[in-house]
Amino acid sequence: MTGRAAPPTAERSEARTGWLLSTPALLLLAVGATGPLLVIVVYAFLEKGSYSGVQWAFTTEAWFQVLFERDIFDDTVSLADAHLTIFWRSVKLSLATTALAFALGLPTAWYIAMRPPERRAVWLFLVTIPFWTNLLIRTFAIMEVIRNGGLLNSALLGLGVIESPIQILYTDAAVLIGMVYVYLPLMVLPLYAAIERFDMRLLEAAHDLYASRWQALRRVVLPVIRPGIVAGGILVFVPSLGAYVTPRLLGGGKNMMIGNFIELQFGQGRNWPLGAALSLILLAIVLSALIALTRLTQRETGA
Amino acid sequence: MKRFDPAALPGFAWIAVGALVLLWAPIVTMVVYSFNASQSVALWGGFSLEWYAAAAGNAAVQGAALRSVVIALCAAVIASAVATMAALGTTRRGHFRGRQAIYVVINQPLMVPEIVTAVALLIVFAAVKVATGYTGLGYLVLAHSAFCVPFAYLPIRARLEGMDRSLETAAADLYATPWRAFRHVTLPILAPGIAAGAMLAFVISLDDVIITEFVKSAGQDTLPTYMLGQLRRAVTPEVNAISTALLALTVALLTAFFVLTRRSDTKP
Repeated sequence: MTGRAAPPTAERSEARTGWLLSTPALLLLAVGATGPLLVIVVYAFLEKGSYSGVQWAFTTEAWFQVLFERDIFDDTVSLADAHLTIFWRSVKLSLATTALAFALGLPTAWYIAMRPPERRAVWLFLVTIPFWTNLLIRTFAIMEVIRNGGLLNSALLGLGVIESPIQILYTDAAVLIGMVYVYLPLMVLPLYAAIERFDMRLLEAAHDLYASRWQALRRVVLPVIRPGIVAGGILVFVPSLGAYVTPRLLGGGKNMMIGNFIELQFGQGRNWPLGAALSLILLAIVLSALIALTRLTQRETGA
Repeated sequence: MKRFDPAALPGFAWIAVGALVLLWAPIVTMVVYSFNASQSVALWGGFSLEWYAAAAGNAAVQGAALRSVVIALCAAVIASAVATMAALGTTRRGHFRGRQAIYVVINQPLMVPEIVTAVALLIVFAAVKVATGYTGLGYLVLAHSAFCVPFAYLPIRARLEGMDRSLETAAADLYATPWRAFRHVTLPILAPGIAAGAMLAFVISLDDVIITEFVKSAGQDTLPTYMLGQLRRAVTPEVNAISTALLALTVALLTAFFVLTRRSDTKP
């Protein structure tokens, strides 16, 4: 069946069965996920409704509002500083989260990969359970630790390191701590998968061939674990950029990220077209990050 | 010249232990305080189950818990059913036109930020709600089923790819019809993969906050959106108790998932 070279008709029937069997899944996704995404594109070019929703008239006003604001009284145009601040904060916090998660995740993943197999399974289980635990619950848990009367401040007060509780909650630092905490397993797991595959005898071979430690790291270890680094980077950066729950609970009302700002447009802001335009911008940033990183791995492994 | 010893890098053990403490300390604290007798979320007042009793007796919590389970069950069944068909359609077949496109659509929920999907669904469902007047749980079931598809699809596909095709060939050689070969050969071997996929879908659906928050109509809180609402106001130890109960459920399901996938791995 599979061994023989399939005649063209057989190939066509394979394709037909393939598509036929995939149809229910594709339909479900078209109605419940992909299709609505296309509707956003339309909404981003409509006029905002007076109460909420939209009016069916074409305009690029929403895109203009992403970057600029008009004065209500004299129609002067100025840069929308608040919007730029939110964009900048989102990108900055997401990059910082990814970097911190990597700094913590790489040694952790490396250490786990060097354990004997049965110990490794325990470590992995311990990393996986928090990963599957409800994001809201974990955010709530870390919130309890960093708030003024929480574990961290009590411990620091008890040790005499500080004299009065430090305000961490409702700052950018809280959002950063929260996101690192929440997304750390997403960095550790793919890194571990890559390191575990690495054949340590390659290192010995490199040293036998007079490679220095740095050369061995750069030329032998890094190329093999690069896919893991890229995967971990994507898995942390993408959800950080679109984060909603963590900044909302830990950042309070002031320290919004793009996700919260989008929600605002559909709630109190009552500006659906602006919300749609912002969603598309977020989507574009995420997709270009995904494409850039995938290209990077493909080129490196292809070389 | 110094050698690079992979097993003894300085400080790595400390960072690894630190990372594990970071991951677990907040969760452990939360679980411990859910048994706190004191009204305060900070001071320890002795062991008590009163917050569990309070949560269990709260009609809003009961309704939300029931809704969460119903939606997650529906989503798990629907998602794993369509994912099984799609996996059968896209694996172990010669390369055919458009297979890559099918992959992209199936995995799309993993690539698009959830807030964007949530907003998109809000826009579409708001229009449908006005047009049809229907405001039931159907919207949530539909949305949850859709974003659960990739989670159900991946383990099923992994299982299929590891499967020996010669068994089905043997069945065909013994004059089994394609349906009988599927029913009596493929499906039993595939079953652990489907169960694992359904379980992941169930957990993912149970955990969802953002899409549910945007799609739900009034009075359709699930446990996570109920908790989100509570956290916005004042934090009571009741939230600790609900969280711990949900955590216990997740751990139980995941342990089952690991057992299922591990047993299927060790099979010849």
